[in-house]
Amino acid sequence: MSERRIRVLIAKPGLDGHDRGAKIVARALRDAGMEVIYTGLHQTPEQIVETAIQEDVDIVGLSCLSGAHMTLFTQVMALLKEKDAADIIVTGGGIVPKDDIVKLKEAGIAEVFGPGTPIDEIIEYHRKAARK
Amino acid sequence: MEIVEKVLNGDKRAVARLISMIENGDQQAVKALSALHAHTGNAHIIGVTGPPGVGKSTLVDKLAKSYRELNKKIGIIAVDPSSPFTGGAILGDRVRMNDLNTDPGVFIRSMGTRGHLGGLARSTADVIKVLDAYGMDKIIVETVGAGQSEVEIASYAHTTLLVEMPGLGDDIQTIKAGIMEIGDIFVINKADRAGIDRTEAEIRTMLSLHPEEKPWLPPVMRTVAINGDGIQELRDEIEKHLDYLQSSGQMKLIGEERAREDFIHILKANVTKYIIERSMDQKKFDELLSKILSKQIDPYSAARELTDDFENSL
Repeated sequence: MSERRIRVLIAKPGLDGHDRGAKIVARALRDAGMEVIYTGLHQTPEQIVETAIQEDVDIVGLSCLSGAHMTLFTQVMALLKEKDAADIIVTGGGIVPKDDIVKLKEAGIAEVFGPGTPIDEIIEYHRKAARK
Repeated sequence: MEIVEKVLNGDKRAVARLISMIENGDQQAVKALSALHAHTGNAHIIGVTGPPGVGKSTLVDKLAKSYRELNKKIGIIAVDPSSPFTGGAILGDRVRMNDLNTDPGVFIRSMGTRGHLGGLARSTADVIKVLDAYGMDKIIVETVGAGQSEVEIASYAHTTLLVEMPGLGDDIQTIKAGIMEIGDIFVINKADRAGIDRTEAEIRTMLSLHPEEKPWLPPVMRTVAINGDGIQELRDEIEKHLDYLQSSGQMKLIGEERAREDFIHILKANVTKYIIERSMDQKKFDELLSKILSKQIDPYSAARELTDDFENSL
């Protein structure tokens, strides 16, 4: 009777009002049969990490179009580690320069989805990543 | 069990994990729930229901904050609908509860209905038990945006808040059976909107139509949750209802009724599972099913055959 559902948190960290991308991804993952928790705008890394833990999500998707991704994404990673929850997979999306993608991956961000990423690619990534 | 120890010791991550195990139908979850049983029965369970868009999540947020001023520990279960087609869901109630996220005295869990009707998720009852054992003083359960017949919350909550807002319908709506019958407290949210007096009058009229004298006449409260207006008064009223339940002996009766229903529910599930698995192992299930399809037997007699087999095997 076991029926595991993939749970994903889509979060908007920092001072950034652009949530169209986040909502499109949330909706697409919903249509792919996943349970998507959406945080709303202007979240602190602390709020995001607490939510991820209480909701027991498999994957956290951080959406940032403000340019503050280096600071905010790495803070989320540090807090997850501090709370003994580093097993939760973290991905990013938004306007992130190539050089920064390399640095973010070094910091433990599993994948970064830039503008123009086909939605099916994002869905497939989440399916595979959650299965691990 | 390690997870049980952790839940009882206040480990948030363990609580979250156990809830996922319950939702996913993991067999280990049943063992954990057995072990937690002795630690349940202490929380006051508050149901919050009403149509979509009346402000339930915002009201829950403000109510939880108000209880935090009294240093009460708060568990929140927020249910949103799952897609009937894909099973996916957008769980968005937390958007209204942002400040509560980092409060160590609050635990919020969003749940998808996963095909269950009635306004709650299939495993809501078990998740309530986990938060109860985790030591939450108040457990607030927010249903999906409810229509006229999503009344299941009333059989889990001690105190049910029915949230309405001005202008949703006329007095005919208020005398219909179903959701209007389950409120212990009526809340008219967005009370700064036009039509509030009329809405309140209609609800009060409906409540006064009861032929017999009721020991608890549901109060009608006005709130503007987004500003916090009326929230403290609402909290006081909820506490009054709790006092009433305790002093009148109702609380004890509710407890007995819940235990009975819970027991029957678990027993039914176990026996059904046993009979189905047994008949599937013996190929009899498929045999009977094809006979039903070819009209050689009817499903009532076929089911009878399996339960008779079960009886004879005892």
